[in-house]
Amino acid sequence: METAFDWITLHQDMIYIVVLSVFLGIEVIGRVPSVLHTPLMSGANAIHGVVIIGAIIVMGKADSGNYTALILGFLAVILGTLNVVGGFVVTDRMLEMFKKKK
Amino acid sequence: MELNILTICYLIGSITFIAGLKMLSHPESARKGNLVAAAGMFVAIIGTIFLYEEEGVKLGNYIWIFVALSIGTLLGTMAAKKVKMTAMPEMVSLFNGMGGACAALISIVEFNHLMHRGAEGQSADGGTLLIIFAGLIIGTISFAGSMVAWGKLNGSIKDFSFKGQHIVNLLIFGVIITLSAYLIISGDPAASSLFYVIFVLSIVYGLFFVLPIGGADMPVVISLLNSFTGVAAAFGGFLYDNPVMLTGGILVGSAGTILTILMCKAMNRPLSNVLIGSFGGGVSGG
Repeated sequence: METAFDWITLHQDMIYIVVLSVFLGIEVIGRVPSVLHTPLMSGANAIHGVVIIGAIIVMGKADSGNYTALILGFLAVILGTLNVVGGFVVTDRMLEMFKKKK
Repeated sequence: MELNILTICYLIGSITFIAGLKMLSHPESARKGNLVAAAGMFVAIIGTIFLYEEEGVKLGNYIWIFVALSIGTLLGTMAAKKVKMTAMPEMVSLFNGMGGACAALISIVEFNHLMHRGAEGQSADGGTLLIIFAGLIIGTISFAGSMVAWGKLNGSIKDFSFKGQHIVNLLIFGVIITLSAYLIISGDPAASSLFYVIFVLSIVYGLFFVLPIGGADMPVVISLLNSFTGVAAAFGGFLYDNPVMLTGGILVGSAGTILTILMCKAMNRPLSNVLIGSFGGGVSGG
């Protein structure tokens, strides 16, 4: 039990970020018009591509002899980049279409 | 000095994500918002590659990182440019699955790393294990679910359900939680193969979770899985004490959940109806 409390104290600023971000996420979306639901979903999809930073760290820390970590890390960076780049480009194309309609 | 610059890069990233999301929810500024978030992402990625260090050691394997980045950029741009306008949602689902898989892979590598150190006598602490497991389970479910959603939208996967499927689903989920709890509490390196059992079960759970849901409800499901991946990314942020992954992930997690609910409201149906409505008959109005 004590370790759990220690853990909370040690990571308290991260826990604050989580709590505040939850409310921020809810507020920021607020009253989005339903036409924008899909582009917004797509944009959010691109943003959670930040996982790629974790993948880069995994890849960069891997020892040159540790092939499992190297291969998995390499794959993770590719997948993460697909998420980020693909996500932003698709969102842009969607919004382009949206503009023409108007 | 360099670490200070990295901190500023991450700060820029976090702010652009918030501002980008805000702009994306207004018709006039939506397109600019997307670009703002993309620019922030670029800054955060470049900062990580060149400035990140752990215990004074910089990242290595630059060549491989750049090769992987180029492959991903090339494939991602091509796929996103070529896709037909009508097939956009399935593309989003595919990319979402990639993000989930990325989070799961990070957890797998970090778990191996921990177990390796555990074998050398350093015991793994429960908090880190909990984060790794959460990232693995949520990321994998999101990946498997998104692949099914993608298949359903392009017509290659049909609806599939059997009697009592949600009981089976609950059972699988229960087993996943029990096994994870056992591994986290015991911290036993000898039982580390159970990690892969959890991985496989999470894939099965993800498949069973989406398979029975009707194709017309896929956008809602994709939005839900999207917020799952956000949470998985946030666990990565916890793992590396990385504020930009944390804010980006949680922001998408909460905004995505609200968006899911809004999408259900637009269809005049509660979320629970979408998720379990197709069980037992499937005569829900849609």
